[in-house]
Formats: sequence, C-alpha cells, structure tokens
Amino acid sequence: MGNLLSDQGYRLDGRKASELRKVQARMGVFAQADGSAYLEQGNTKALAVVYGPHEIRGSRSWIRHDRAVINCQYSMATFSTAERKRRPHGDRKSTEMSLHLKQTFEAAVMTQLYPRSQIDIYVKILQSDGGNYSVCVNAATLAVIDAGIPMRDYVCACSVGFVDETPLADLCYAEESGGVSSLALALLPRGGQIALLQMDARLHQDHLDALIEAAMTACKGVGKVLDEVVRLHLKEVSVLTGE
Amino acid sequence: MATVKVSEAEKVYILHGIRDDLRVDGRGCEDYRHVEIETDVVSNTDGSAKVTLGDTAVLVGIKADIGKPRPMVPNEGYLEFFVDCSANATPEFEGRGGEELGTELSNTLYKVFNNKHSVDLKSLCISAGEHCWVLYVDVLLLQCDGNLYDAISVAIKAALFNTKIPKVHISADEEGAKEIELSDDPYDCMRLDVENVPCIVTLCKVGHRHVVDVTLQEKACSVASLIISVTHTGTVTCTRKLGGGSLDPESIFEMTEAGKRVGKALHAPLMKLLRQEESLGKTRQKVGFLG
Repeated sequence: MGNLLSDQGYRLDGRKASELRKVQARMGVFAQADGSAYLEQGNTKALAVVYGPHEIRGSRSWIRHDRAVINCQYSMATFSTAERKRRPHGDRKSTEMSLHLKQTFEAAVMTQLYPRSQIDIYVKILQSDGGNYSVCVNAATLAVIDAGIPMRDYVCACSVGFVDETPLADLCYAEESGGVSSLALALLPRGGQIALLQMDARLHQDHLDALIEAAMTACKGVGKVLDEVVRLHLKEVSVLTGE
Repeated sequence: MATVKVSEAEKVYILHGIRDDLRVDGRGCEDYRHVEIETDVVSNTDGSAKVTLGDTAVLVGIKADIGKPRPMVPNEGYLEFFVDCSANATPEFEGRGGEELGTELSNTLYKVFNNKHSVDLKSLCISAGEHCWVLYVDVLLLQCDGNLYDAISVAIKAALFNTKIPKVHISADEEGAKEIELSDDPYDCMRLDVENVPCIVTLCKVGHRHVVDVTLQEKACSVASLIISVTHTGTVTCTRKLGGGSLDPESIFEMTEAGKRVGKALHAPLMKLLRQEESLGKTRQKVGFLG
C-alpha cells in the first residue's frame, strides 16, 4: 500500500492525488434505443442504454399510480476483466450494483411526470479498470438525457480512496485492489445533494469529512465534463436539423 | 430476436419490391448494407473487433487461456464460444431473456468451426496431452437489426485476425515438472491464420426469391431462411435451415448456390480491409464508439 502514492505526490499511473482520469463520452450511440451513451473514464468503458418511459412489461404488480418505476440492470462483458468472467450478470455483485443504480436514479429522475410507466436503464461495462459504479452512473446520466427524460440535475459519481492521510480521487483497479479504503459517491452537483454514498472499508471518523469533501469536488469536476458533452451534442444535433 | 410489427399492406409492398429485385432501401437482393469494422477496441483482450452492419452492432472479444487439451485430440487446442444477447439490444433480453437466442447462436458457431480446416488448432498446442491454448470467443450483441449470423461471423474473423497469442517457452525444472513461461516482450506473439475461417451468409425466402442481409422488416415477411457458412474457396462448412416455414428442395439448392457465391465474394474485401487497417500500425486513431 505504500507505493500507491509516491513521495513526490504521484500515483501509480502518474496522476496527482485529486486528478481525475480522462473522460471521453458520446451520446446517441445507438439509433434503436430511446437514449444511449458511451463513456470512458481512463481505461474503464461503459455503454448505457435507456428504454422508456413505456408501459410496464411483465408483472403488473409493479405499477405505481403516482410515478414511473425505474428498472436498472448492470452487467459486465465477459471479456471486460483481466480474468474472464463466466456470467455477464446474475451474480450478487451485479444485482447489488443494479439496485444501487436504481436508487441513484430514483433520486434524480422526475418520475412523478410519468405515472404507471416504466423506465429501463441498462448499463454494460466493456472494459473494467476501477470505478465501475461511477462510470456506470455517469454513462447512464448521459443516456437518460439523450432519451429526453427530465431529471432534477446531472448525476455525477466518483470514487475516492484514502492513502497516507491523502484522499485520492477516481481510483483505478490497481488502487482499488491495493487495500485502499474507498468511498463511492453519487452527487447532484447544483444543490450539492448526495444521491448515493457507499463505503465498505475501515476509516477513522476524523477522516470521513475530508474524504466526502474530496469526493464532492471530484464529482463536480465530472459534472462539468458531462455538461460540456451534452452541450456539444446539442450543438451537433441542432446543426444537423438545420436550426 | 427483436421483432417488428409489420402490417399486411407493408408486407405486400416489400414482397412486390423483392420480386422486382428492388428492396425498400434500394438494395438488390444480394447486396449487403453498409458495414463498418474496427479491430482492437477492447484492450483487456488478446483480440477484439467491433462490426456494425446497418443497425446491427456486434462486439467480439477473444481471450487466450492455457488449459488442458481434450482427451480425444491431445495435440490440439480448442475454441469456446459464448454469445451474450445484452439488454442493450432490446428490453426483452433483460435478465435471462436473451439466453435462448444466445445459446442458439453459440451452438451454431460451434458447428461452423467444428472442422479441421477453419482454424489451425494444432498451432494452439503447447505440449501434447498437457497444455494447450483455449481461445474464449465472447460475442456481445449490442443492437439487433436482423442478420445476426453474418455480422457475428465477420466480427469473429476480424477478431481472430487481430488476436495476438503470447509465445510460450517450456522449460523443465529440477523435479522434471514442466514449467511454462510466457514471453515478457508484448510484441513477441503468435498470430492466427484466418484464411480458412468461414463467413456465414443468411438467405431468407421472401415470396419466391431469396434475399441476403435482411432487415427486421423483411424478416417479418419471410417464412424460412437458410444459413450457410462458406470459406474463401467456396467450401461449405455448415448449413442450417431456420424458421417455421418449409422450403422445397429446388429453393434450397438455389439458395445454397447463391450463398456460396455471395460468401466467397465476402472474403477478399474483408481480408484486404483487415490488412490495410493493420498496416496503419500505431498511427491508427482508435475510434471505437466515440466516432
């Protein structure tokens, strides 16, 4: 764990402690889905696709008379990890991630505008190099915007870790598996509201505030990038339609 | 497969068009849609390719692992296929919905590659009876707009071309046990010869004519289809009839001939494109889904 942050303040991949990985994204990747987006954060690549709002498929007991139901599925491509994954989804980790995504988006999407309907969000990880949950949330935000579903704010997520009294923003796989206490945060940047906070490691309570602060700053940084991507996409689309 | 609802009037329109060799999007009966191929899109794999055929999008990743050879053929490696019909393509594939189609596709792929000539399995052997390379070919279906078999086979051929298997050195240590060492140099690798890898051509019977590369709308008008996997010499490795309708032997013969013709013509441009892409080397800008 000592080599995760060098004495000069550089991490394993040469970044500084609060530096995020390079974020590249594109909206409207697939024509058939209602909304789709592809997002890369460093070496982690995710594809998010949104179908909806549409009538509830399957069990009618899920119908809510006052709002839409959000249904998420998180799955990983079998070739996404270094060791080949046998099942793309259905294992406990994927189910847990799907529930987290559902919780995150229920906080942001204005579901009360679409009673008795269902919104499907499917996220697929094509390459996994740490920060899977964050990349999924960021990709899914863009996909929901591409689908034209109204949201209260962007949902930006980032993972942070604590090493040598320093919070490290946007962990890669080597850092995550190096025994760092990591925290994942999903934030609605404008109001500073936290949609999801997750940590399962030991951390002294004195450090918690600093860590959450670092996470919020990182999320706001991601938020700026997502905003730029959306505005660029809007410009491209309006040029194409001749407005 | 994702289906599209087509009205009777639309069916008649499509049928009449095909009868006059003019399809809805202006193609002839044996023309393919716009194809885009890119290799080396996923860096975690030993070989990968992304193929977009019209609106159908397929991503193939190949991982090479060391395993034990099959008892019947101790001096050969083998290929394992897995097709994942992801929910991205259609909400019906959520959870276990896509498993049926996935299993059907992977079983067909096993049949297509189940012969001595498609891939040189002997080159995958490390030490006979003990170690061999196992190539896990994972197909990810991202968008479904008809003609899955063709897109998947082109993607597999491109991914196999792109696959770089590290060279191994076998050394015997003190107790006589064999030790396998992978070469440290990332460029010291073995490439596969994909000349004989077949491509699958799907022909659907619409009215009295057969059509190559159907869209979902045209598929809704056809009752039966035939898939043929053809190598670059015109050798057929697998034929299968799909669909609930029946075909008479004359049609099957005609469709087989057409399939062989179309399939044979696919290989040369594909190999030329793959070699061209490879020759760009490091200067090639990787686009992936960002383009």
